Amino acid sequence: MNGRQRTLCLSGSNDNKHRCLPGIFGFVYMNKSNNVEIEILNLNKSFRDNHILKNLNLKIPSGKTTVIMGGSGAGKTVLLKHIMGLLKPDSGKILIKGEDITAKTERELDKLRSSFAMVFQFAALLNSLTVGQNVGLGLKERGELTQKEINKIVDEKLRLVGLDGKQHVMPGELSGGMKKRVGVARALAMNPEVILYDEPTAGLDPFMAGNVDELILDLKNRLKMTSIVVTHDMNSAFYVGDRICMLHEGRVIEEGTPEEIQNSTNHITRQFITRHSVQNTARVSDSGSGGK
Amino acid sequence: MRTILIYLGHRLLTFSENIGQMLRLLVETIYWCKQTFRNLDKIFPLMRRIGADSLPIASFTAIFIGMVLALQTGYTLEKFGMEASLGSIVSVAMCRELGPVLTGLLLAGRIGAGITAEIGTMSVSEEVDALKSLGINPVRYLSMPRFLACVFMLPVLVIYADVVGIFGGGVVSSTYFDVSFSIYFDKMAESLDFMEIFKGLVKSSMFGAIISIVGCHHGLKTTGGPGEVGTATTNSVVFSFVTIYIFDYFFTRLWL
Ligand SMILES: Nc1ncnc2c1ncn2[C@@H]1O[C@H](COP(=O)(O)OP(=O)(O)O)[C@@H](O)[C@H]1O
Ligand SMILES: [Mg+2]
Repeated sequence: MNGRQRTLCLSGSNDNKHRCLPGIFGFVYMNKSNNVEIEILNLNKSFRDNHILKNLNLKIPSGKTTVIMGGSGAGKTVLLKHIMGLLKPDSGKILIKGEDITAKTERELDKLRSSFAMVFQFAALLNSLTVGQNVGLGLKERGELTQKEINKIVDEKLRLVGLDGKQHVMPGELSGGMKKRVGVARALAMNPEVILYDEPTAGLDPFMAGNVDELILDLKNRLKMTSIVVTHDMNSAFYVGDRICMLHEGRVIEEGTPEEIQNSTNHITRQFITRHSVQNTARVSDSGSGGK
Repeated sequence: MRTILIYLGHRLLTFSENIGQMLRLLVETIYWCKQTFRNLDKIFPLMRRIGADSLPIASFTAIFIGMVLALQTGYTLEKFGMEASLGSIVSVAMCRELGPVLTGLLLAGRIGAGITAEIGTMSVSEEVDALKSLGINPVRYLSMPRFLACVFMLPVLVIYADVVGIFGGGVVSSTYFDVSFSIYFDKMAESLDFMEIFKGLVKSSMFGAIISIVGCHHGLKTTGGPGEVGTATTNSVVFSFVTIYIFDYFFTRLWL
């Protein structure tokens, strides 16, 4: 209740700034203010008669890492795509900095997305471009930096995900896990304030998965980045998460700190945790596993 | 009977919905053309792919059409002793109608299908979503360069097809009908004026717009898996064909 009050207040002032400084300057100003908070209200989404998200409510605090867990087909990816504005809901609102993005046009969204980045579940690299071009694509199209400056950032981000020297390789020649790390590098290159990871550690070996976890933590601590992490990997979830929420059949059934979730009495959550910790010892979790 | 009506009504609805979406895409694409100069690095390779790489098949088609045209009309004209006017008939038919329409249809198959397959694959593999997530407008990044490349390269190809087709007709005239090249080209120069050629080029430019917008639209709205890309490609080509035929008719009626 208190929190809600504060958001509304913040959003009000932001709106005013936005009006005073019209157009792109308003956005730049807001981007730097670093208090992004995402609020999802009564979100509904169906594909034909397949009701995926049912009156979903969720609040994502700024500067924190929120982990979303749930079985495959629970609608985690669909939820992330709504936050990026890639899918339009049937009903409900998504407030970002107090502004409802569901009512925005593609062109307005383009601007808003400049402070957001997403790591896709299957990397979604552009197959016609090299790894380096993929990572630098967003910066190049933004047109603010020279090619030399972009190359420098590309090298730096690729080094961060352990793929230094792969600049000129085509995505088709990479393994799934490497592609995913390129996806992380591409998202980081945009220097976003909010970063959405769709199963970032699935398909990575434990060593690399650990590296990605460290990266997520580091970005939060150093840059106060807001992260949303969709994952099946319980180790990862408890390691990086400030808050964890369980998504089941299109609803958030439980939400809390890692400790609260670990001690949860909800039987679905319990099942999810125990089953996965058993599985994780047996093999590296992949995106195909999960509950009903 | 009822089900047939419902089916037809449904088809009509999706058809008009498609048209509406394509017009929106067209407007959006034209809007982004303001950034042409920033995107030349994307436009030129596409121009080469659409223009230069289509030359062999376009000239092959044109030369045979020119020759057949001369043969068909030549035999009829010979009966009336009028084979000398072959030059004007072949050239006018080529520039007004056959050059633009046949090249348009050819490119709808060759380029339109390619555009839909490429963008459709990008849609189903989430590459289009990835573009959006990087703040890159897919209409600007994908549709606009293809639109401009098609709109500019189709007339170029048509000029080329016109020349090759007329030449093919000339070869047949001189070998089968005793119409020398000089008479053939004299007749051609007599009946062909600038407007004649120009209208054909405007028409082909429009065909280029149709091919690219229909291609991009079908690609962008592809969802599901790789199988859908095949369906989308077929639909795109059929839709381009139909639109080109209809457009050709009305264009010719309104501005001949
Ligand atoms: N574009 C789409 N069209 C139709 N159904 C979809 C689409 N995207 C997702 N779905 C369906 O929504 C459900 C949830 O998908 P998703 O969010 O990808 O699950 P996950 O939680 O594993 O990421 C699945 O049943 C999937 O079939
Ligand atoms: Mg998913």
